[in-house]
Amino acid sequence: MGWQWFHRLGSPRWFYEKTARWTLWLGLLSLVLLAIGTIWGLGFAPIERVQGNSYRIIYLHVPVAFLSMAGYYVMAISGAIGLIWKMKLADMVMKSAAPIGVVLTFIALFTGAVWGKPTWGTWFEWRDPRIASTLLLFFLYLGVIALQASYQNQQMADRFSAILAIVGMVNIPIMYGSVYWWNSLHQGATLKLSGETSMHSSMLYPLLVMIAAFYCFYAYILVKNVRAEILQREYRTQWVKELVSG
Amino acid sequence: MNFQFESLQDFLHMSGHGFYVWMCFLLTFGLMLYLVLAPEIRIRQFIKQQRRIEQRLTSARVESELKGS
Repeated sequence: MGWQWFHRLGSPRWFYEKTARWTLWLGLLSLVLLAIGTIWGLGFAPIERVQGNSYRIIYLHVPVAFLSMAGYYVMAISGAIGLIWKMKLADMVMKSAAPIGVVLTFIALFTGAVWGKPTWGTWFEWRDPRIASTLLLFFLYLGVIALQASYQNQQMADRFSAILAIVGMVNIPIMYGSVYWWNSLHQGATLKLSGETSMHSSMLYPLLVMIAAFYCFYAYILVKNVRAEILQREYRTQWVKELVSG
Repeated sequence: MNFQFESLQDFLHMSGHGFYVWMCFLLTFGLMLYLVLAPEIRIRQFIKQQRRIEQRLTSARVESELKGS
């Protein structure tokens, strides 16, 4: 007793059946939040005094950059759970988080470059520690994908990509700290859980909506990818066979 | 809270930053659409493929039964 939920959570079938309905709601919720945040941020948030309208890229860049890091936690922690407790579902979550992370990190780098051009006068700055550590994050995600693709044996693939993901965790505090420890074009954190936020509410609220939207969106596509992964890995089981022929 | 631009033209132009802003939003939404569609397509292809295998197995079974009789 007590551990039943844990075992159930490890059951791919249980997960597949439970998530069928609430993925739809998550998808709808993220769509609505995205629409509100985008219209608010692009059209109704006031213009920034120094940067002009280019600052509106913040409504993509910051939420996506958050998620590219949070997604790494998801990948590394589920990789560790899979490694330690041999939980099948955790391995599937790890594998599914990698391609999503690559795309999000790419978007973070891309929007950062495009924002940097009119603001800092450069598309890309190798010496900026936050850009460099984000690039490293991008390659860590790619590394997990490459490891997943290079083993015929799924268990081996899961084991080695989990180890890479866990080792790569050292990059995350570096990403956070980079703007304080070294000279960076990036500014320190504007959003703080405690203390004063140095951003006017008329610009802050749409940003918070976008952050919420991207968290929902991430959960939505992660669950969808895990569902696809479950079917592919469990194709021999009776319930998948019934599902396919039904 | 007011709309910050005078016209659609003005909104698209964004005082010279339109190119940068719109490029970011277009690319991001394009890739997000890809992220939504990719698992969907994967599931559909999996089901199609499994059904094909199932069919082939059934027809092979029928054939061998016919030969056997």
